[in-house]
Amino acid sequence: MEVAHAEDIKKHVRVYVSVFVALLGLTILTVTISYFDLSVVPAIIVALIIASVKGSLVASYFMHLISEKKLIYAALILAAVFFLALIFLPLLAMSDRIH
Amino acid sequence: MEIPYTVKARPDTGVINAKLGIWLFLASEVMLFGALFSSYILLRVGAVEWPHHALDIPLATVNTAVLITSSITMVMSWASLMMKDFRKYRIYMGSTILLGFVFLTIKYFEYTHHFHAGELPSKSTFFAIYFTMTGLHGLHVIGGMIVNTYFWGPGSKMWKTDPERFTNRIEVAGLYWHFVDLVWIFLFPVLYLL
Repeated sequence: MEVAHAEDIKKHVRVYVSVFVALLGLTILTVTISYFDLSVVPAIIVALIIASVKGSLVASYFMHLISEKKLIYAALILAAVFFLALIFLPLLAMSDRIH
Repeated sequence: MEIPYTVKARPDTGVINAKLGIWLFLASEVMLFGALFSSYILLRVGAVEWPHHALDIPLATVNTAVLITSSITMVMSWASLMMKDFRKYRIYMGSTILLGFVFLTIKYFEYTHHFHAGELPSKSTFFAIYFTMTGLHGLHVIGGMIVNTYFWGPGSKMWKTDPERFTNRIEVAGLYWHFVDLVWIFLFPVLYLL
């Protein structure tokens, strides 16, 4: 942790409050949209985009990823690659259907 | 024996050891939950029918707000220590623990409602993956609350002897807690809204 002064922290706190308000707003938005009768694919895309924005806000500001050391980024990029591989794994099942 | 690099960053990694440790742990957690999200996709694509809005959305929306609020109180507890205000730290950390408790209480009501309605994991693949994912997430909330309660109570003695190290401990505990919040941010739309 870098040596931060009380003034810097006060600035951080203002950011935390803005992020908090944005997270609550996006939660209400995603719930509202779920009541519109969107068809499945657009509904999934919209919900995942909103969740990703919320997730990025938490990771960037609450978890301070916006200003982290290179080694942490390297570990997370590696995890992200394997995570994406896992998520796309079910696609293999689709190409392997028995008719 | 003194544990190295609890306050000063290790020159080769650029971070304190605990921070690298927690991030590696969280990377492994990404894989744990990733496997379940992957299973969810597989089950959903293969399902003949998938319930839409089958769960209690208003209750889960409140729970989402509860967890988001607990994330800001967690980061505020760390910020309070950075501003050398131990009294505020205690208030914010106490609030974080209470909000975790509120989250679990709401989850308890949801679960008992499902049990009474005969909606057990055996009912459908939807309920199977719902209970698996929210159950594992709930266990993570309990784990975080145990750690946070220790740092609120007996563990906070370190503030007197080694305040910088204690502040770092709270930052690391916070990283875990925010991760648990982050997982819920994805679980909520995936299980409740879609």
